[in-house]
Parts: sequence; structure tokens; C-alpha cells
Amino acid sequence: MKSKLGPSTVIGMIAILVWCLLPVVWIMMLSFKPEAETAAGSPQFLPKEWSLENYQSVLQDELFQRALINSFGISLIATVLSVMIATLTAYAIARLEFKGKRIVLSIALAIAMFPVVSLVGPLFDMWRTLGLYDTWPGLIIPYMSFTLPLAIWTLTAFFREIPWEMEQAAQVDGATSWQAFRKVIVPLAAPGVFTAAILTFFFAWNDFVFGISLTSTTAARPVPAALAFFVGPDQFNPPTSTLSAAAVVVTVPIIIIVLLFQRKIVAGLTSGAVKG
Amino acid sequence: MSTGAATATPAAAKKAKKPPSDRTRAENRLGLKLVAPAVIMMLLVTAYPMGRALYLSLFKYRLSAPDDREFVGLNNYLTVLTDSLWWTDVFNTVVIMVVTVAFELVIGFAFAMVMHRVIFARGLIRTSILIPYGIITVVSAFAWQFAFSLNNGFVNGWLPFIADDFNWFGDKWPAMIAIMVSEIWKTTPFMALLLLAGLAQVSEDTVEAAKVDGATWWQRLWKVIIPNMKAAIMVAVLFRALDAYRIFDNIFVMTRGAQDTESVSFLTYRQIIEQFELGMGSALSVLLFFSVLLIAWLLVKMFKVDLASARGEG
Repeated sequence: MKSKLGPSTVIGMIAILVWCLLPVVWIMMLSFKPEAETAAGSPQFLPKEWSLENYQSVLQDELFQRALINSFGISLIATVLSVMIATLTAYAIARLEFKGKRIVLSIALAIAMFPVVSLVGPLFDMWRTLGLYDTWPGLIIPYMSFTLPLAIWTLTAFFREIPWEMEQAAQVDGATSWQAFRKVIVPLAAPGVFTAAILTFFFAWNDFVFGISLTSTTAARPVPAALAFFVGPDQFNPPTSTLSAAAVVVTVPIIIIVLLFQRKIVAGLTSGAVKG
Repeated sequence: MSTGAATATPAAAKKAKKPPSDRTRAENRLGLKLVAPAVIMMLLVTAYPMGRALYLSLFKYRLSAPDDREFVGLNNYLTVLTDSLWWTDVFNTVVIMVVTVAFELVIGFAFAMVMHRVIFARGLIRTSILIPYGIITVVSAFAWQFAFSLNNGFVNGWLPFIADDFNWFGDKWPAMIAIMVSEIWKTTPFMALLLLAGLAQVSEDTVEAAKVDGATWWQRLWKVIIPNMKAAIMVAVLFRALDAYRIFDNIFVMTRGAQDTESVSFLTYRQIIEQFELGMGSALSVLLFFSVLLIAWLLVKMFKVDLASARGEG
């Protein structure tokens, strides 16, 4: 079953490629259409006239620059903290025997399924009282909580595969415990930690619900929220091509990460098997 | 998930049987210390605010007039549950959930079958399938909104039976279709990857044996392959169904709830952030939370899947 490459498989492959890439290519084409062309209406797929003016105006837009900085900063900090905490938890679950292991996993499962919008009200209220509303920590904290389940599962699955006896073997061969940890365990665990970090970053980068409800200014507003509010005064006639250029700019980092680490991401997704 | 099932350490299970010694007690303490930060972090942002929502839902409380807060008991719930808007939104959300998950399951399974067979260009297929997964939902919603748009969209021109001046966002069901298309496009790859992992667990020998015994392709699919990856299918459906029930981003971007396309999440958001009705919004939050719980319970009962064991966490 695996070895043959029949015509049905080839058709299937083409179908997958078209499915995955068509909307992406479409929004790229839109982003190259001059603003005047989309304002007048241009239903054809390719631009009549190729132009980079949208990218110029988007990249010079101060609101968009701030949103990019916010998104990168907030997502990176949340990712680092979340993965650090999850590493401790996953190590305990994979390596130690203790009461309450099932409870921890059940909590993580429940959080992964939690309807995030139902937290908007209470968090909005609490954050305003605590002075966390419209600040970086105000978004980092919920991002951490909601990416922890994903990180914990991915890391637990990876840590279970590590041959931990090798640590002792290295010590028997004369390595100190620090050397055994650094030279043996860290290289074995690093790919898992890295994969968990990528998945966590995707989640934080993608978040929209917290982004729009817990921020009000450029002080903390992340990219997805900034895009949605970029719509302008008339919501049914948004500046299509400029918006498309902004959409392409924020998609580029995702495409680069996917291109570089596709194998790891797939391994992480199917072992952790959960999307935040 | 099921890939982890075989890796649970037998050594750990053996250890648990012994009477508690100093060592196991120390291990217990270390384990609890290591998981504590994660557990506290997860509960801090969910359990406490949810409790607060439960409390606030008993009040008439507008953020624009915080001093007029007034205890009203279960009145907010009564108001919501007797309002047809709530039931319309529940209906919309359930329709979106059922339709998207059904389509994702079928298309995702087809994709998984293809990916399972592909030997060359694996990297290319894997990269492209991860792009919809990784892309921001808001961006995907914009891409599809523009694709369906009256002035700038290519969809009307490409579809044979649709008039070129058809306005997808002018009526409820066409708008719902557009929303569902964007949701299905974005999440099918995730479904396909989960199913691919399940497919990898089906033994080639069994499939081959069925083939030798004269089973047709269709019989092999339904009698051998699908029954053997049931756990993977169930987990994928459960996760996607609960995710689809929370749909918010696409609706916010594509219609803002116009033409009766509002979901339960969107209604809750609108009450709190746009109307400042924290009391009523909290009641909606609680109802949203319990409806997700109900769906999870129904699915688990229906499928009889022990999630923990299916994920290899037993």
C-alpha cells in the first residue's frame, strides 16, 4: 500500500497543494494590486498592474509597527515562560511517580477545551482593577495558561521517549552529573523543548479573543487585533489591498518557521495532539 | 495521543505497587513541587475568573454604572434562556460545529490517506499542510472574506452556477457558508495530521492480509482501517468539535454577527465588551462554559472513549 504511487495519489497530492496554497496565493495577489484597483473592484485573480505601494504604506504605518513589536514581544515572552514551566511538569509526569498525576493531566485537558470567551468578562474586570488591562503582562499571563496544556503534552510525549539510563551510563563512564546532564540529556531533550516552543508561539501569535478584549491602545494590542480594527470607518468596504499586504507580512514569519521546522512541528502535533 | 500509548513506562507502574518508603515519599514531594507552578498558573486564569463570573452573573451590573450593582438572583439566566436570540445563536453555533467537523473529517481523512502513501515530496506536502494550521485565523478569515466579496472576490467568477453579482454576505445562509469555508480550510490540516498519526498505527500486514483474502478497497477501508484507528478519529472529532463550538475570530472578521450569523462566543463578547453588561455577560459566560462541558460529556459518552488512555496518559 505504501510503495505504489498511483494516479489517485498524484491527484490527491495536487488537491492538497491547491487546498493549502490557493487562499495564501490569493491574498498575496491581492496585496500586489494597487489600492485604486481594489477600490474600483477587481474580481480577477491576478493583479492588472503589479505594485508594492501597499507594502510601503503598511510597513510605514506606525500602528502596524507597534502591533508587530507587541505581538513578537508578548508571544516570545509567553512562549519562553510557558515552556520553562511545562518542562518541569512534563519531567515530573514522564519520570516520577506521584499522586495527583492524573489530576494534573485532567486539568490540562480541561483548559485545552475551555471556551476562552467566557473568561473575557471576569478577566476584563479583574485586569482593570489590578492595572493589568492594556499591558504586556495582561496578555502574557492568559497566553501562558492556555499554552501550558499544549506544551505539557508535547513535552511529556517527547520525554517518555528519552532513554534516561544513558545519564547513569555516562556517569559510570566517569562524567560528572552536570556533564551527564549537559552532554547527554540536554541534546536529547532539546528537540522536544524546541517543538513545544514552536507550537506555543503559534498559539500566542494566533490569539485574537484576548488580544481584542484585554487591550485598548497600541500599548499592547497584538497583530490579529490590529488587523481586525484596521478595517476603517466603513466595515463593508475595508481597504482590501493594504489589509492584504499587512496579512502577508504577518504570515511570512509563520511560513519561514514552517519551512524550517516542518518535520518537528508534525512530530509535536501528533504526539501532543492538541491545538490550544 | 495514540502514538504515545506504547511508550508508558512499565518500570514506573512496577514501582507504584511497593509500600511507601522514604524514597517514594520524596519522589511524591518532588513531583508535586515540579507540577505546582503549571497547575497554579492554569487555575489562576481559569478557575478563579470562572468562579467570579458565576458570582457576577447573579447581579445586574453595568460597567458604565458600577454603583448601581444590584443582586437579581437567577434573573439574568432567565432573561437569556427565554430570549430567542440566545437560541438562534446556539443553533448557529451547533450548525457550524456539526457541518465543519463532518467536512473536516471526510476531507482530512482523504488527505491523511494521500500523505500516508506519498514517498517523495513529503517535505513539500508537510510544509503546505502546515501553512493553514499556522496562519492566523484572522488572516484566513480576511482571505476568504475577500475571496467571497462582491467587488474583489474570485469565487463568483469561478463557480459555474453562481451569478457574478451574488452577494455572499447579504443573506444568512450564504454568509454562514462563507464562514464555514474559512473554518474548514484552516482546520482540516490539523484533522488530517491527527488522522495520519492514527493511520500509521494500522498494521500494514492486516491490510495486506485482507487484500489477499479478496477484500475490495472499500471493504478494507471500512472493515479494517477505520475500526483500527477509531481512537484517533474520536480524539480528533472531540477536540475539533469543542474548538468549533468556540468559533469567534472568523465571525468577528467576516460578518461581525450581521445577517444573524452570530455564535454563542460572539454574543458573550458583544454583551461584555461592547454593551458593558458584565452581569448579563457573566451569565452568558457561565452558560457557554456549561454548554461546552455538556458537549464534551455527550461526545465522550457517545464514543465511550477513555481520553486519558487514548492519549497514552494512563
